[in-house]
Amino acid sequence: MTKQRTARRNSAVNPDFSPAAAPADEQSRIALDESARTPTVVYFATAVVWLVVGSVFGLLTGLKFSLPDLLGTIPALTFGRIRPAHLNTIMYGWASLAGCGMIVWLTTRLCKVQLQLGWFHYVSALLWNLGVLGGTIAVLAGYSQGLEWLEFPRIFGAMIAAGFLLFAASVVQTFRVRQVEHLYVSLWYILASLLWFPLLYVVANLGLYQGVVEAAMNWWFGHNALAVWFTPIGLAGAYYFIPKVLGRPIYSYYLGLLGFWAFALFYNWNGIHHLVGGPVPTWLVTVSIVASVMMVVPVLAVAVNHHLTTVGHFRMLRFSPTLRFVVFGSMSYTAVSFQGSLESIRSFQEVAHFTHYTIGHAHLGVYGFLSMILFGAMYYIMPRLARWEWPYPSLIKAHFWTTAIGIALYVVTMSIGGWIQGLQMNDAAIPFIDVVQNTKLWLWGRSIGGTLMLIGHLIFAYQFFSIIKRAGPRRFAPALFREPAPIEAVRIEERAAKAG
Amino acid sequence: MMFFRSFLFFFGVLATLLLGWAGLVGMPDAMISEIPPPEGLQRYTAEQLYGRSIYIREGCLYCHSQQVRPEGFGSDQARFWGRPSVPGDYVFDKPHLLGTMRTGPDLLNIAARQPSEQWHMLHLYDPRIVVPGSIMPPFSWLFEKKPTAAPGDIVLNLPDSLKPDGRAIVAGRDAKALVAYLLSLDRTYPISQGTATLKGK
Ligand code: HEC
Repeated sequence: MTKQRTARRNSAVNPDFSPAAAPADEQSRIALDESARTPTVVYFATAVVWLVVGSVFGLLTGLKFSLPDLLGTIPALTFGRIRPAHLNTIMYGWASLAGCGMIVWLTTRLCKVQLQLGWFHYVSALLWNLGVLGGTIAVLAGYSQGLEWLEFPRIFGAMIAAGFLLFAASVVQTFRVRQVEHLYVSLWYILASLLWFPLLYVVANLGLYQGVVEAAMNWWFGHNALAVWFTPIGLAGAYYFIPKVLGRPIYSYYLGLLGFWAFALFYNWNGIHHLVGGPVPTWLVTVSIVASVMMVVPVLAVAVNHHLTTVGHFRMLRFSPTLRFVVFGSMSYTAVSFQGSLESIRSFQEVAHFTHYTIGHAHLGVYGFLSMILFGAMYYIMPRLARWEWPYPSLIKAHFWTTAIGIALYVVTMSIGGWIQGLQMNDAAIPFIDVVQNTKLWLWGRSIGGTLMLIGHLIFAYQFFSIIKRAGPRRFAPALFREPAPIEAVRIEERAAKAG
Repeated sequence: MMFFRSFLFFFGVLATLLLGWAGLVGMPDAMISEIPPPEGLQRYTAEQLYGRSIYIREGCLYCHSQQVRPEGFGSDQARFWGRPSVPGDYVFDKPHLLGTMRTGPDLLNIAARQPSEQWHMLHLYDPRIVVPGSIMPPFSWLFEKKPTAAPGDIVLNLPDSLKPDGRAIVAGRDAKALVAYLLSLDRTYPISQGTATLKGK
């Protein structure tokens, strides 16, 4: 291998590697953070507000299954309106905005250059937030477009799209003036998503189709929103933070490459497995099932890569909040993806489709994977931007356990309850209303899990706004889950110094 | 070299998305949009269309699907939810309401199964009046309270215990339209071979 190629490989596997690592690095990192600070904090802060709003909607949605007359006389709070309000505030409010913040910061670090066109983000954050706010109010007021994942009326969709384009323009410009020669894996996912998502979102909002074809478009979009935007955010985060916190390079560049291109090729074709058994041509569904099963390839590539990066260092999970959240997310990614491949298969779908099982699966993905990684990213990034450590380490612990137990309870009860629901629904001897009755107990799991997650979010929001205001006790070392033994402390400090 | 790599990256990334779009949406569009509506399928009337917009407004689609599975895949046939649906059944549907969830039963042929207007009215007003143990939400705002019903009003046959102040509960414009839409949901007409083959089995 030539020297040049070795260098390229090294910079591609290690987010930190630079051939001429100098003490001046510290200074330049500060300058980079300075440039990304306000945009990132604005995205994060508004995301946290949407997180709380969205989880209140979510909890209410869950409670209504158990108490159907709860707030039953208020049209704006009927199940059929707050459910899409929940989905849209979480996806376009929380996850997208938090993702934007993470991408802005990551891009400056990975391109080793200050953020370009930073003011674009103020306009973008404004447009994006107004779009989500207006869209949510519209849905609650009864002006939904009626397509799942695309409920917001076009005008608000257009605001979000415009916001996205401005956001993307700044990130791409930053990328263009980069000071690194080769691109770290996280950047591939980021750049690809910047290209994919606006195209997808605009096409889907045009309303070109009708009838069954529109249904195909709907699920091509619904699943692709995950494929080309939300999952790349999560993976970019996992690829960056795991090696970063461990102070080790990612295990394999080639696995990363394989994972990326297999991901790009197969994920795109997954959506129509939502219509298995429906009135669409069989070949279409089959194509999607095949692609869904092929997703095993990129998922395995990512899982093996991350596992082999972490192996031997799992004890770091006891100390680093970022690592614990991100590794939780990463493991959920593996689990939810394998589950998804399995779920697409016809005989599995025959039972699981149309039931609460699918809802459990969706939450394992968007929460267990994506949201947990975003939490981890924020725990890492915020102290560097605020120049203030997290004031209450015990609240980080509380945040982790409430949300981890909450999502686990949610997914387990919904999976079991949903599977029973599916089996009984497929048995015509069981009257439909009995099927409904028999899910009731399991559906409480959703509300209890949801309550735990909401508590976690309130704790997180409190600590988040404390760090922005630099309130609370001033601390001089990174917030860890527990005080490490002296020998560990030295190691962790070394790593922290290296990580910057 | 650098330029070439970037080009390859962007081109490759774009191509993957566009291919998926062409394959999953473009191809079926080319095949299905040619289908003539089946003979038995009526266009929605203005009132039914308005009712359909109420169905969307109140989010019925998050609990009810509108697609019937074929024999051998689930129990739709054994539950008499209607013949398996085909693309032709949906040619007048925009937005589509195929749905992904069956917290409640499939509604594509609800009119064939439950043709009673009064039943639907009571059920929408408060599902637990007619189906004890149901977890469907009530939609009481689609109805009006009146001291006395006018001629032509659709009055709900409620037991006195559910009429707190003795006033009549009558269907509002939205309730009438929504029920008109529900009563249009009947795709049990036979389908000709042309529409059926596309279904492919
Ligand atoms: C929270 C989920 C939920 C929502 C939202 C919902 N339903 Fe239901 N629906 C159910 C359940 C559960 C049943 C079965 C029990 C029953 O008949 O009430 C049902 C039953 C029905 C039935 C009777 C079907 C049959 O085969 O007997 C009709 C008709 C119906 N719903 C119409 C609607 C309409 C119209 C809306 C919107 C205005 C709506 N539903 C919203 C859950 C829901």
